[in-house]
Amino acid sequence: MSAAETLASSVRKGAPAITLAGVNKWFGALHVLRDINLDVAMGERVVVCGPSGSGKSTLIRCINRLEEHQEGQIVVDGIELSNDLRSLDAIRREVGMVFQSFNLFPHLTILENCTLAPIWVRKMPKKEAEALAMEYLERVRIPEQAAKYPGQLSGGQQQRVAIARALCMKPKIMLFDEPTSALDPEMIKEVLDTMVMLAETGMTMICVTHEMGFARTVADRVVFMDRGEIVEQGVPEELFANPRTDRLKTFLSQILRGH
Amino acid sequence: MSEIAADGTPLVAPPEPRRAPITMIGPVAWARENLFANWWSTAITLAMIYLIVKFAVSFVSWAFLNAVWVVPVSPQGIANTEACRALKGVGACWAVITEKHRFILFGTYPYEQHWRPLIVCLLFIGLYIVSAMRRFWRWELALVWIGVLTLIGVLMWGGILGMPYVPQERWGGLPITLILATFGLAFAFPLSILVALGRRSRLPAIKALCVLYVELIRGVPLISLLFMASVMFPLFLPEGLNIDKLLRAQIAIILFAGAYLAEVVRAGLQALPRGQYEAAEALGLSYWKKTGFIILPQALRLVIPPLVNTFIGFFKDTSLVLIIGIFDLLTAGKTAIIEPAWQGFGVEVYITLGLIYFCFCFAMSKYSSGLEAEFNRHRRR
Ligand SMILES: Nc1ncnc2c1ncn2[C@@H]1O[C@H](COP(=O)(O)OP(=O)(O)O)[C@@H](O)[C@H]1O
Ligand SMILES: [Mg+2]
Repeated sequence: MSAAETLASSVRKGAPAITLAGVNKWFGALHVLRDINLDVAMGERVVVCGPSGSGKSTLIRCINRLEEHQEGQIVVDGIELSNDLRSLDAIRREVGMVFQSFNLFPHLTILENCTLAPIWVRKMPKKEAEALAMEYLERVRIPEQAAKYPGQLSGGQQQRVAIARALCMKPKIMLFDEPTSALDPEMIKEVLDTMVMLAETGMTMICVTHEMGFARTVADRVVFMDRGEIVEQGVPEELFANPRTDRLKTFLSQILRGH
Repeated sequence: MSEIAADGTPLVAPPEPRRAPITMIGPVAWARENLFANWWSTAITLAMIYLIVKFAVSFVSWAFLNAVWVVPVSPQGIANTEACRALKGVGACWAVITEKHRFILFGTYPYEQHWRPLIVCLLFIGLYIVSAMRRFWRWELALVWIGVLTLIGVLMWGGILGMPYVPQERWGGLPITLILATFGLAFAFPLSILVALGRRSRLPAIKALCVLYVELIRGVPLISLLFMASVMFPLFLPEGLNIDKLLRAQIAIILFAGAYLAEVVRAGLQALPRGQYEAAEALGLSYWKKTGFIILPQALRLVIPPLVNTFIGFFKDTSLVLIIGIFDLLTAGKTAIIEPAWQGFGVEVYITLGLIYFCFCFAMSKYSSGLEAEFNRHRRR
């Protein structure tokens, strides 16, 4: 277990990792986030679900400021998000992100994908960065692909590389935006397994996903969003068993019919 | 599944893959499909074969069989071109090249110093070859460029190391063309990248400036820019300050090429999926690191074909400097046939000039397609 992990487990469910207070966001006239209040503790695993277009991606993209919010306050690891570039750099170093469409860099090898940011952002020596990258590639079980290019890998392998790439920055918080939605069914499991394994190390995770099985096994809390609002949240079993709102009921019935 | 023997080998050997019948593959099939598919296709093919053969035969007899390669030259240096004139229209007069090639290549550069521009041309070609090899793509290459370009300046001007000083007005021919093209693209390319990035900048002032530059320059012909550079520009300069004419033309070419290349580069930046920008940002890469490591390498690869297309266009467009009296390769060729003895032998000179331009442009084109193939090897789409 690495130092970062022991640290993460020792402060498990202690200090707040992320705080959103009264966050509002508009795309033009479209009100995509409405009065969002959300606290995530260190080591907590939160699954965000909700119908398409409900603002889930926008919410987690505001946390590492790929999107800017217009009202309210977002504090990540004790740093408030603002236009100050230095705070932005600090936050992006602590927050890793995994995208639906992998977004690996196709002109770099798998190893280079993983070492680029540690070398140029963390200023890690190249040797050390490569050793670290190999360690994480082993953890996601594809060390033998290190010299290949992303285009030569399957979707599931690419997504596992994307997870390793984010982990190489030793983030305190990981954001996942529908990491399995672009995958063929037979590859979904390998990615979910990787995420479960990551959750077991005590990583703070916010994960947008419709994989209810994953939510049940891993999540400390499920947040249900609809039309830019957090409608309900709670422990997975309870939320799924006794939905209080019609919106969640409708959503759950659709999800179950789809699977 | 076929039947399996006890030791696991198939009982029935799988059938050998059969070759397609000869009528379906190979040159015969190709010709039948593409040239003789029906009666009118056959008629057109036969007519074209007739024309091509007839043209080839008359060209070979003009260019080689009946050609005049040398003519007598009087001690005063006047060539006796009667032999050529007698064969006009029947045989080529390559004697004009034999006689005038040094003038065409080096213009009015002092005759006994021609070794200097010759070395300059070879240095340029060497520089291109070294820069083309990927294993030399390191930052030291920039030093090599600075060194070689300085050496080229020293050789052309002279004035030291026992080489007599040669003013810029006397330079001419191929070195001028290579200088204009090389310096032009070496400066225009980085400029175009900055402008393309500037056009996508979030800062309105920078964006406006870049748009203004591109639109202004694209809106006028290169010829008028060159005229402005040679005639109008000096009017605005303070008395006594005189910028070299070649340098002014060079700046005009850089600005012009920069605007066009900027649009090509911008197309590449726009073609890149937004996810690439976001992934780089999410990893905490700063703007310049993101641009340098992730965005530009991919964007430029995407636009290699239009980029090289523009390069080739500008290599040839350098010949427009002839209208402001700069002695490039084309001007030197034109001047070589002004002499009464050689008047009327333009075709031979222009064919030669065309071949020289072709060699450079074709090399660029071949190189770019190789580069493209190499870059795309790992991309599966
Ligand atoms: N960059 C953007 N510009 C304008 N509208 C956007 C943009 N990104 C998302 N939206 C809109 O915001 C709403 C929420 O989008 P998103 O957060 O992607 O939803 P989800 O991830 O829950 O499907 C959608 O209606 C979407 O069309
Ligand atoms: Mg989404």
